[in-house]
Amino acid sequence: MRRRLLATLALAVAAWASPAAAQGPVPLQPPPLPEGIQIGLSTDVIRITADFAGADLTIFGSLENPDPLINRQGRYDVVVVLEGPGRLVTVRRKSRVLGIWMNTQSESFVNVPESYSIATTRMPQDITDQNSYRQLALGTDFIHIQPAEIVDNPATLQEFRTALRERKEAVGLFNERIGGVQFLSSNLFRASLRLAPDVPVGTHKARAFLFRNGLFIKETSAQLAIVKSGFEQMLFRLSRNHSLFYGFCAVGLAIVTGWLGRIVFRRD
Amino acid sequence: MGIYLPIAEMSVNVLVLLAMGAAVGFLSGMFGVGGGFLITPLLIFYNIPPAIAVATGANQVIASSFSGALAHFKRGTLDVKLGTVLLAGGIFGSTIGIYIFALLRSLGQLDLIISLTYVAFLGTVGGLMLVESVNAIRRSKGGVQPSLKRPGQHNWIHRLPLKMRFRTSKLFVSVIPVLGLGAGIGLLSSVMGVGGGFIMVPALIYLLKVPTNIVVGTSLFQIIFVAAYTTIVHAETNQTVDIVLAFILMVGGVAGAQYGAKAGQRLRGEQLRALLAMLVLAVAIRLAFDLFLPPPSIYSLAPGI
Repeated sequence: MRRRLLATLALAVAAWASPAAAQGPVPLQPPPLPEGIQIGLSTDVIRITADFAGADLTIFGSLENPDPLINRQGRYDVVVVLEGPGRLVTVRRKSRVLGIWMNTQSESFVNVPESYSIATTRMPQDITDQNSYRQLALGTDFIHIQPAEIVDNPATLQEFRTALRERKEAVGLFNERIGGVQFLSSNLFRASLRLAPDVPVGTHKARAFLFRNGLFIKETSAQLAIVKSGFEQMLFRLSRNHSLFYGFCAVGLAIVTGWLGRIVFRRD
Repeated sequence: MGIYLPIAEMSVNVLVLLAMGAAVGFLSGMFGVGGGFLITPLLIFYNIPPAIAVATGANQVIASSFSGALAHFKRGTLDVKLGTVLLAGGIFGSTIGIYIFALLRSLGQLDLIISLTYVAFLGTVGGLMLVESVNAIRRSKGGVQPSLKRPGQHNWIHRLPLKMRFRTSKLFVSVIPVLGLGAGIGLLSSVMGVGGGFIMVPALIYLLKVPTNIVVGTSLFQIIFVAAYTTIVHAETNQTVDIVLAFILMVGGVAGAQYGAKAGQRLRGEQLRALLAMLVLAVAIRLAFDLFLPPPSIYSLAPGI
């Protein structure tokens, strides 16, 4: 009898101490804090050096005030996206003219992200429905791609939009990693994103989306600069800002190489 | 071993590029041409954007031509005066070519025109050279002395006014065809990223009747300057010269060129020309295939409008 009482008491204490009891009608319990999501980048700048051949970017993050019950059931989902700078892009279509394949039609789009890497905890269709993806403009299929000028009919525009995505995916600039986000503990997660070898330089935006039971809860973002490292950046700037001087340097280099080559490898 | 190209903004394999440069350099040393007509298509096959392949090809050509011209200058097989007149025309043609290049690029037809001009010129020049050299080989086998230069036999070119004397080449000819030839090659140089040696060499031999031993050196001499001019103007107007890419190709190229020159001395003139002709034709056929076969994707992306 005494033993049973003690056990009940212990249970009651445990229930009082645990936030899970929030479901129960305990009058002392404050209302649950809203769930949130935070991400942190290990670096704000990625430098592209001469030997850059693509890279994996790891982003750590945590859930704030997760509901332990839902957490235990694994019904929190996280989608992490790294979006490159937006630029004007022209999509051209080839068709056969006199037997030769040549560019005949084109469509320009504004503010197209140059790169778009996405990592998810599960298959996208298991996280939420198409509608929420569309509303959030989340995922390569749902990014807003606006034409520079609306002259052609919607069907043509849609065809070129699809082609744009396909080409970007073919070279790895748009990529998707299912299972790229992993929970390390109940509220700590790690996202691993793929940077293509020709990832564009500029300011990239990292965003993380939190879903609970298929519902969008919260979004957070951080910025990441991708720059060319010292020497590559210097050459690039020189070619843009002092292009004439750059041209003379290129010629000078060729003359010196030709002359040295003759001395070093001379065979006659 | 990957290396990042700052202007092309892509990662490439440095060993592949070195090998490419060396192979082309070997052939260019062997045949006495700059090798631009091979390097530019090779770069395009290797997925370098055509605009960058053309401008960088021109840059690479300077190195191999300079290296080759030095050797000819020492041997005295270089007509500086003839080269200078060709060059004057070349600069004019090259300037026009750069504007055509920028215009085609904005129209989205640059890649097509580059391929088309390659197919047309390589096909024609390669075909003509093959026929001529096969005939020459046949004649020499039949015991008849082959001679390209037939003194006393003049064509319409030799009746034009404004004649000038070129001592080294033992030539007395009007400057009009010389300037015209220079201009035409300058134009091709900037649109195709070639020095133009593969057209200049046969044109000097067959049209102007310059002695064969002087032709290669003189052609290389003028190519250095036209390619240098083209490189500078491309860097200035189109910003498509990738100095890192060019340098890798040059290193492979100048090394290969010296070995190629040695190998070339062992072959007879007409055999050399027949081989060069087949090489030129092979590149033309490969490019023509790309024009006529359905592309892997009919869509392509380009920055800007």
